[in-house]
Amino acid sequence: MTAAAGRNTVDPRHRRIWRALAEVEDPEIPYVTIVDLGIVRSVADDEAGDPVVCITPTYTGCPATRLIELQVRAALDRAGFPHARVETRLSPPWTTDWITEEGRRKLREAGIAPPVPGAGRGTLFGADPEIPCPRCGATDTERISEFGSTACKALYRCRTCREPFEYFKCL
Amino acid sequence: MAEDRARFEYLLRLGDNSLVLGQRLCETLGNAPALEEEMALVNIALDLIGQARLFLSYAGEIEGEGRDEDTLAYRRDVPDFRCALIVELPNGDFAHTIGRLFLVAAFNHELYGALQHAADPRIAAIAEKSLKEVTYHLRHAGEWVIRLGDGTEESHRRMQQALEDLWMYTGELFAPDAVDLAMRTAGVAPDLDLLRDGWNRRIDRVLAEATLRRPADGWMQSGGKDGRMHTEHLGYILAEMQFLPRAYPDARAW
Repeated sequence: MTAAAGRNTVDPRHRRIWRALAEVEDPEIPYVTIVDLGIVRSVADDEAGDPVVCITPTYTGCPATRLIELQVRAALDRAGFPHARVETRLSPPWTTDWITEEGRRKLREAGIAPPVPGAGRGTLFGADPEIPCPRCGATDTERISEFGSTACKALYRCRTCREPFEYFKCL
Repeated sequence: MAEDRARFEYLLRLGDNSLVLGQRLCETLGNAPALEEEMALVNIALDLIGQARLFLSYAGEIEGEGRDEDTLAYRRDVPDFRCALIVELPNGDFAHTIGRLFLVAAFNHELYGALQHAADPRIAAIAEKSLKEVTYHLRHAGEWVIRLGDGTEESHRRMQQALEDLWMYTGELFAPDAVDLAMRTAGVAPDLDLLRDGWNRRIDRVLAEATLRRPADGWMQSGGKDGRMHTEHLGYILAEMQFLPRAYPDARAW
């Protein structure tokens, strides 16, 4: 089951959990939640009937991963699920294609260009995708640095409005 | 060789390569030629250390003697490390830093591409995840090799010199030993000859675009991945990396 299908579950307990998780902000990009980013993969029950929340790291070295896990536990506690377990799953690896439409909108509003869907995967020396400026919408932009303030972002500059901006790079 | 022992050794190689190269790249913090480049190199270091954690955690579980990722990273001394010699070399000038990253990232790209189909699902998952990250590493380093090689007379000379200096450390990556063979039999490790073909194609393509000469294959150094004889540099790396947990054994992350 995809995460998107999971969020629309009819199970009232699981709906409560998804709602609680939708309150957890990403520690490094607090404009979006971990559900927006597709970090929460599934909510299910184990054999004992306790909920199991499965999350996936964005980058292997992302220092926020551990904090996210702690925040998820705290959110589950507050929502009345102290026995819930949190599991981390690597495969299939997180991809920026899992960022929701809502998440992409919030990123854009925060001045971070959302990833171009399906771009950049496995391409090594191919042409860069066109990244529209999140401020003025112009497409005449250039990359300043492939690596930015966090593992998931690159630095860009808009040649039209002259503003620098961050791009949530594709993975 | 007993399969569990070989798997443990193999995981140490994967983890130690990433850990030591990551530690080396961290030395560029506050020290890179430009702020953007500093962010790039330490972001790459962060990826590598993240990958090392996953490999070393698994190594500790396979070994079954209660050693976790931290114990393996911080409480082993030089003879117990299993990284290839190339990741231990000092950063040198920027051409050497980038040249080494390029050669190793190209190797990791081929290796993880193969390991994502490994018969060990845990290794396959780590490789599948890591492949996405090392693709960025390879792209970044490759672009620099091209820019420096096809740049000024001075940048070309230095980039060529870096390749010449590093070349004798590339052979070890592709020389199979008992651990590699045991892991290949177990359906985990790839055929290193095939891996080298892919690596050669990648290297040759970039060097051609960079107007650089591929160094001749001569004497190749070895002794890192089997722990037989590390370079004199590894001890200094560990002294710095392991200082805090050795001086303050009770220190804990939050």
